Amino acid sequence: MKEDKLVLGGHEFESRFILGSGKYSLELIKAACENAGAEIITLALRRANSGGAANILDYIPKGVTLLPNTSGARNADEAVRIARLSREAGCGDFVKIEVIRDSKYLLPDNAETIKATEILAAEGFVVLPYMYPDLNAARDLENAGAAAIMPLAAPIGTNKGLCTREFIRIIIEECSLPVIVDAGIGKPSQACEVMEMGAAAVMANTAIASARDIPAMAEAFGAAVKAGRRAYLAGLGAVRDTASASSPLTGFLG
Amino acid sequence: MTVINGKPEAEAAGRNLADYLKEKGYPEAGIAVEINGIIIKKSEYPGRVIDGEDVIEIVSFVGGG
Repeated sequence: MKEDKLVLGGHEFESRFILGSGKYSLELIKAACENAGAEIITLALRRANSGGAANILDYIPKGVTLLPNTSGARNADEAVRIARLSREAGCGDFVKIEVIRDSKYLLPDNAETIKATEILAAEGFVVLPYMYPDLNAARDLENAGAAAIMPLAAPIGTNKGLCTREFIRIIIEECSLPVIVDAGIGKPSQACEVMEMGAAAVMANTAIASARDIPAMAEAFGAAVKAGRRAYLAGLGAVRDTASASSPLTGFLG
Repeated sequence: MTVINGKPEAEAAGRNLADYLKEKGYPEAGIAVEINGIIIKKSEYPGRVIDGEDVIEIVSFVGGG
């Protein structure tokens, strides 16, 4: 198979699975990351604890790209502030913009996300905005300088799967940016399906964090994303309304 | 009084930021400091004396999606 890399802001990745690091033990991060083959991991920025508290950076395998999110931001200004602090904390230039005002369904505010993307892209960040799958917003994010877009499959942490399937399909078809499906993916089969549809990558956190065996589920996600990508590149067969025999229809026994 | 991460801190004023962070056990890597809304570069920590009116945010990474 010819070389097939995920390119984000000029950086190349072999893996098309992005791992979240929330809601599970720091001790399991390394195994989850390695089992999934993940090369990008998300983090959040919060007030630090004094007194030598454990540092999550010590648990992430070397060479894995850190993708801080701007969770907690309620508008573009707060997202920009968090992104700048993350860069100063040594996280590099990648940022996943999350701007959320709704506390029940945690749906992203596309308009504020576009504003933050424009500011941060101009400052040299590799901006990956989490967004509600709206084609117009996706085009605005592209024009604002996003390196990819991250439409949600379902509300964060619900494990409900591809509730927005048709709108994600439209965005994949119409946008030239990589589309990374984020949030709500609950099973490896759903990750595989969205990769078959032509998504550039999948991100998952809760599906893994809420599994009985976290490293094993991470491995399953990594394999599903690979399988889905292979299937997309192989070209899925057409769906038909009537049967089409798989065996020859001539030369039957007398 | 100086406010650090939302809490009043009586002993911070007059000390430089680098010493304060070290004494309180903050890690050297993976943190960022903002004073009165302005990010302080790490190279400026030793020369930045904490004022009694400063509002300081010290942040680091945690797990997140």
